[in-house]
Amino acid sequence: MPVSPANLTGHFFVTGDPLIYGADASILLASAAVVFVLTYYKKWRWLWREWLTTVDHKKIGVMYLMAALLMLFRGGVDAILMRTQLMLPNMKFLAAEHYNQIFTTHGTIMILFMAMPLIFAMFNIAVPLQIGARDVAFPYLNAISFWLFFFGAMLLNLSFVIGGSPDAGWTSYPPLAGLGFDRGPGENFYLLALQVSGIGSMATGINFIVTILKMRAPGMTLTKMPLFTWSVLASSILIIYAFPALTAALALLLIDRVAGAHFFTMTQGGNAMMYVNLFWIWGHPEVYIVVLPAFGIFSEVFSTFSGKRIFGYTSMWLSLMTISVLSYFVWVHHFFTMGAGPDVNSFFAVASMAVAIPTGVKVFNWLFTMYRGRIRFTVPMLWALAFIPNFAIGGATGVMLAAAPADYQYHNSYFLIAHFHQVLIGGVVYGMLAGMYYWWPKMFGFKLNERLGRWGFWLFNIGFYVCFMPLYPLGLMGMTRRMYVYPAGLHWALLNLISTIGAYVMGIAFILIVIDVLYSIVRGERDVTGDPWNGRTLEWSLPSPAPHYNFARIPAVASRDAWWAMKEQRADDLNSGRQPEPLQPIHMPKNSGRPFILGVFFFVGGFGAVFGWYLLAALGFVGVLFALLSRALEYDTDYYISVEEIERTETALGRS
Amino acid sequence: MAVAQDTVERSVRNGVPLEYATADGELKIAGFWLFLSTDLLLFACLFSTYAILRTNTVGGPTGAQLFDIPGFTTETFALLTSSFTCGLATHEMRRGNRAALIAWLAVTVLLGLVFIGFELDEFISYATHGAAMQRSAFLSAFFTLVGTHGAHVSLGILWMLTVVYQLAVRGITAVTARKVFIVGLYWHFLDIVWVFIFTVVYLTGVLK
Amino acid sequence: MTVSHQQANRRSHSAGDHGFPWSHIAGYILSVVLTASALWLAVAHAGRPVWRLSAILSLASAQIFVQLFLFMHITESHGPRYHVLALVLAAVFTLTVVMGSIWIMSFNGTQAY
Repeated sequence: MPVSPANLTGHFFVTGDPLIYGADASILLASAAVVFVLTYYKKWRWLWREWLTTVDHKKIGVMYLMAALLMLFRGGVDAILMRTQLMLPNMKFLAAEHYNQIFTTHGTIMILFMAMPLIFAMFNIAVPLQIGARDVAFPYLNAISFWLFFFGAMLLNLSFVIGGSPDAGWTSYPPLAGLGFDRGPGENFYLLALQVSGIGSMATGINFIVTILKMRAPGMTLTKMPLFTWSVLASSILIIYAFPALTAALALLLIDRVAGAHFFTMTQGGNAMMYVNLFWIWGHPEVYIVVLPAFGIFSEVFSTFSGKRIFGYTSMWLSLMTISVLSYFVWVHHFFTMGAGPDVNSFFAVASMAVAIPTGVKVFNWLFTMYRGRIRFTVPMLWALAFIPNFAIGGATGVMLAAAPADYQYHNSYFLIAHFHQVLIGGVVYGMLAGMYYWWPKMFGFKLNERLGRWGFWLFNIGFYVCFMPLYPLGLMGMTRRMYVYPAGLHWALLNLISTIGAYVMGIAFILIVIDVLYSIVRGERDVTGDPWNGRTLEWSLPSPAPHYNFARIPAVASRDAWWAMKEQRADDLNSGRQPEPLQPIHMPKNSGRPFILGVFFFVGGFGAVFGWYLLAALGFVGVLFALLSRALEYDTDYYISVEEIERTETALGRS
Repeated sequence: MAVAQDTVERSVRNGVPLEYATADGELKIAGFWLFLSTDLLLFACLFSTYAILRTNTVGGPTGAQLFDIPGFTTETFALLTSSFTCGLATHEMRRGNRAALIAWLAVTVLLGLVFIGFELDEFISYATHGAAMQRSAFLSAFFTLVGTHGAHVSLGILWMLTVVYQLAVRGITAVTARKVFIVGLYWHFLDIVWVFIFTVVYLTGVLK
Repeated sequence: MTVSHQQANRRSHSAGDHGFPWSHIAGYILSVVLTASALWLAVAHAGRPVWRLSAILSLASAQIFVQLFLFMHITESHGPRYHVLALVLAAVFTLTVVMGSIWIMSFNGTQAY
């Protein structure tokens, strides 16, 4: 809300908490270190030309991955702080308001600024390579998506030190999040940051649908696509139909807050539950938006490391599509207790349970894929294997929660907390880590160390069960979510203590994974073949990392698992001495600094709107319009790579 | 756009409209249809909100008291006609007639301005007569739904002007043709949304 | 972003495209007639309101098709018409959001407040 300059020092910078001062200091130190390193090694130009202005999907994927891991760290620290506060009864580690802010940013960051960029990282890294394309359909828009996500994330994280964090929960329900109860700018940070990054997510959804539908290599019909690509299609379909509901919910709440409208104020005829309704029209599909790509990754990993094609391919993509449509019809199960009526609750309970059917089909298919396969227990395979029991428990407790009458007991208890962490960590995080280990050599040209990776995996997996299994009984014993302190004598102490120990173990596991990355940068096994796992899909036919144009010649696809078939075919080709087709110039988009600048303008405008500084907000908005206009009038947007240059690049990569 | 000219010429000879003649144009048109789908869902949410809050006037003015039948009818016919003239623009573009294309786009923009003029007039008169969006949940929902559409139309006018400018400078090429076609899709889409605002907000509001 | 690919399955754009814009004029007349009928129905005093409400909503829905087929060239595409599929899905979800929200938020007409 409007902040007068007189109050600036009191309210603008968050003060009074040693943790915040520590964060201030570490942010300043880290920024100074980054500036120093870039200046000392004269890397500013490199940063701008190779990364900030890139429209190459592979580099955008890497940036998403790095940002997501950073946000995983931030969200993880939030989790550790919360678990520390809950470790024992009557803890005084965090104050109530501080705890509220931490659970709010933990949830918001983990879903929107960790899970979303992590899946977008995988989309970008793998999809064009899997379908034999040279980039996504709209590479420039892809860069815009990334920078909107990035600056949205910056806006939210800024609230930590400037203005104060949002504190109404990651769902931000009114009236708690309305002006009546929450005047601070923290809530505005939440609304605007999500809005900015949401635009980017919607654009990514459109981009990948068009890419997958229109840019597949000749011969790759829909039913010959790799399953990860199928899962991205399903997830993108959900993105484009679900995100508008979030946009609407956030916009209405923002209008309530900044313009004094009454969508959600009961006394003026508003209806706060309408926000909840809109939020979950997005919120439930969102769960599937992030978990379907994980299903896709598991399909690739199980198939590759079992040395078999996937079992039940047709039922696999059919179930993906069924889940994506079904998941649009279940949103009320997040607020059964609103009491919309027995008919409404029954419909949504049955629809929710129905989702278990296609999901079950997938689990059985993965099991049958492994049956009689030649299984290799690599790190990606370990994450995939561990996912199955995890998801079985998470799925079963999900069906329990979907039973509307029983949900009146479980609602907002730690039982629910345990359930959704089990499916989101066990599904999404395990899936994305499997994907990261699986595609890492493709991204960077070296493998992550398996030994450290196994340590990281086992610690994380054990830590996960230690952390979350105690939460189920705690929920049944009456512990509700978002309570910052609890009294002694309820028999909750031991279970909470165990859970906190598990959280620390998971934290150590995360550090081990980071160490694995750092160690492997120096000592990791280099991938000179481009196909370190004996893979089955087209990305493994390319050198690691792939040249910026991906395919010197667009491959012709004749069957599923196209690269596997080509490898079998290649022996025959070598004998017959067939010559490859001649190269042709490749049409590529030019780099552009505008997506980054557009992101900056969104950030400036958003920041202005957070504090009600409308001049600054208008400046950002005009900047956005100006950037869009200058793009509209730009015609020199692409170029051709000559045959000689392609030949040079291919020869340098050891290909002819 | 550096797409080989012969590809474009070949497509046009085969009866493919210029805007589809390049792979880029075709992808962007497909992408824009998807964008329209997302925008449809955005309006769906605003319509639902309006439908749920429309009777919650808390003692303030109701739709029947506010809505002016000649006003919103004129507004509606202005927009319907602009959708028609925008269609004629695409038609002339496909005949290769740049002057007529620009003329019809100009007519479309003018009709769009008439529409926005009526809407602003309506909003200002409501606000000055104690029916601002802060008065009741009904009015919050009304201003947001109708205003979001109005913002779309305003953006469409600006966008169409940049397209006219590019046509004047560059003529009808594969790129400008695609831009005309896409801004046309956007304009027709807004007409559809308006028909529903006309029906759900205004006609339902004055329904006797 | 690659060089334009040729596909056998071409779009079918209407034959009148290079002549007199018959389809556009038909579309305009239709949209005017549909709108005027809806207006008449709304302000007329005949018939039950529920019946008239359904009628004006049906007239509005008919206008969608006028715009899509006569103005927006919806049938044009290279290869499969994925955008039609996308619009159908969007229509299904739009109905779900609007009718679902009304169903959920009306509490069977027994709102407590």
